[in-house]
Amino acid sequence: MKHLLSAADLDKDQVLELLATAEQMHELQDREVKKLPTLRGRTLVNLFFEDSTRTRSSFELAGKWLSADVVNVSAKGSSVSKGESLRDTAQTVAAMGIDGLVIRHPASGAPHQVAQWVDASVVNAGDGTHEHPTQALLDAYTMRRQIGDLAGAHVVIVGDLTHSRVVRSNLILLQTLGARVTLVAPPTLMPSGVQSWSDTDGFATTYDFDEVLPTADVVMMLRVQKERMSGGFFPTPREYTVGYGLTRDRLQRMAKDAVICHPGPMNRGLEITADAADSARSLILGQVSSGVAVRMSVLYHLLGGANV
Amino acid sequence: MSDRTYLIKGADLLGTGRTDLLLEDGRIAAVGKLGDAAQAAMIEADGLVALPGLVDLHTHLREPGREDAETISSGSAAAAAGGFTAVLAMANTQPVTDTAEAAERILDLGRAAALVDVQPIGAVTKSLAGEELAELGLMARSRANVRVFSDDGRCVHDARIMRRALEYVKAFGGVISQHAQEPQLAGGSACCHEGELSGRLGLPGWPGVAEEVIVARDVMLARHTGSRVHVAHVSTAGSVEVVRWAKSQGIAVTAEVTPHHLLLTTDLLSGYDPVFKVNPPLRPQEDVDALRAALADGTIDAVATDHAPHARHDKEHAFAEAAFGMLGLEQCLQVVTTTMVQTGRMTWADVAAALSTRPARIAGLAGHGRPLAVDEPANLVLIDPSATGTIDADASQSLSRNNPWHGRTLQGRVHSTFLRGRATLLDGEVQK
Repeated sequence: MKHLLSAADLDKDQVLELLATAEQMHELQDREVKKLPTLRGRTLVNLFFEDSTRTRSSFELAGKWLSADVVNVSAKGSSVSKGESLRDTAQTVAAMGIDGLVIRHPASGAPHQVAQWVDASVVNAGDGTHEHPTQALLDAYTMRRQIGDLAGAHVVIVGDLTHSRVVRSNLILLQTLGARVTLVAPPTLMPSGVQSWSDTDGFATTYDFDEVLPTADVVMMLRVQKERMSGGFFPTPREYTVGYGLTRDRLQRMAKDAVICHPGPMNRGLEITADAADSARSLILGQVSSGVAVRMSVLYHLLGGANV
Repeated sequence: MSDRTYLIKGADLLGTGRTDLLLEDGRIAAVGKLGDAAQAAMIEADGLVALPGLVDLHTHLREPGREDAETISSGSAAAAAGGFTAVLAMANTQPVTDTAEAAERILDLGRAAALVDVQPIGAVTKSLAGEELAELGLMARSRANVRVFSDDGRCVHDARIMRRALEYVKAFGGVISQHAQEPQLAGGSACCHEGELSGRLGLPGWPGVAEEVIVARDVMLARHTGSRVHVAHVSTAGSVEVVRWAKSQGIAVTAEVTPHHLLLTTDLLSGYDPVFKVNPPLRPQEDVDALRAALADGTIDAVATDHAPHARHDKEHAFAEAAFGMLGLEQCLQVVTTTMVQTGRMTWADVAAALSTRPARIAGLAGHGRPLAVDEPANLVLIDPSATGTIDADASQSLSRNNPWHGRTLQGRVHSTFLRGRATLLDGEVQK
């Protein structure tokens, strides 16, 4: 495996191996000295075309704890307006002789394109409304720690599916692990073509959260971006919460051992109430702490390779 | 060169049978079984099909403003290489072709390049802003004799402006060529066909209905105003249905389809290669099938290239940020041969109608799209339909390399092109 661009790059064995390594990495976080010498002499660049403090620091820590040299490059703002093409930007950074390129870009597909232009390993740290494969890995990692094997588990993903990169990676990865996935959203926030897509890939969709809530083993709530609220996707935040929010009432109707995920950042009161976010069922803080371990595992497998 | 006479021996005239053609003084001097003429350059046309010179209703030549992507000279060479004898140059240059002076400048640059007749299209609205009518009448009265008006690249979305434009051009027999894209349904970020693939790829989509509602509105406006509307680059089965209905009602609507919409489908976008980013976007196979059927039955009148050269640095961005458009002039006839002739959907006479006669008539170009008969202007193309070739983007007359056909094998080869008796392409070589 040279790049991690999509959750679809991973088969089940590879996912399980990445998650197993992540577990070992996770144990390190309790040690006083957290560093491993694994990637000593390797150089990693976090090339971020949009801000994301959490994802960037998570990759930065992951690289540093593996002893790689880590450089953060912020390339915010449209490269079109700057007159430099994406190819120029990527090749300029790559020309510095780096081993890994972690890319966050507001446009879908940008890491795929870059991977064709540079020799370094490319990790997709979130591209537009497309994918965020390391987020899906850490979500799966967190779920498995809580509820065990995901084969046959019912995962319900609720929220702004059209504009979410998390949902696409999660859908793919969860299905790779054998989970049964249901997507829930109002029709205006369903991804385009979801009918034929779900037929092909074998997942379910519904506009009715309450119908599927009692059978869910995992309820994953996705953030609803503020800018969508005035875009005519739904009438008011209040109406959204009544239809699609994880309210106190819905919290009580969840199955006995069901858990709650949210890739963050949360809009408390809109898609999730504080009661739900802070309940014993919530894996939300666990998701954050797993992030570094999962990214260490990814970097280890991409950059460390067999010669570690 | 221009004084040279050519004797074309044994060309298959529109696929109806072999004959000789003598080109002299810019005209077809003789047709039939001809003896050798001492002064004439002989072209052995065994196996070649002769068609009237092709006419492209939709070409972007980029000059003035983006001479790094294409010039009128380089685009003219690409046109000659593709078998064209006339191209209509779209108005979205910098500055926009929205005055008589701008139109005459393009006409003159085309004449200076002297490889193809470059007929300027005038903007419908000033600066393509969609707000006020450009000087349509002055462009029509100018030396450039503009008859086709288009804001292509943008839709004339304001129904009142569209109505006025349609009414106004009746005074001089003009036609509005509409880029049908309802901007609220397919806004600035829309960069590909809206469907399952755009959902999977996370790309903002452009639904077919955004085209269809404008086509439907415009045919009703054409009926209301008694004017002519031309639908540029039809891309969906729904638009075809609307055009078919409008024609059945006697509404003066014509339509064009691009070579890429006849062959390429939206699934090419799965690798995010911006070469395949075009507006309107590549659609699913069902639309391609409907477009082929509509071209074959005449619902779609013409094939037009939408040749849209772009410099590499405007294409090598993230997909959503890259420029729209792909090259088309040089491979157009091959694509039509591959998709329409080889498959038995069209005869060579049909090809002549769709790529020459009808587009010339829509554009009001009197000297083009004429029969290959004695005393007619010697505008013609010879094509070798049996040749096949793998397309190489680097072997292009265009200054740009955004060639979606690169690496594909297409049927047919453009052998020679004659513009008023002068060879602009001879055995595959552009005659600059």
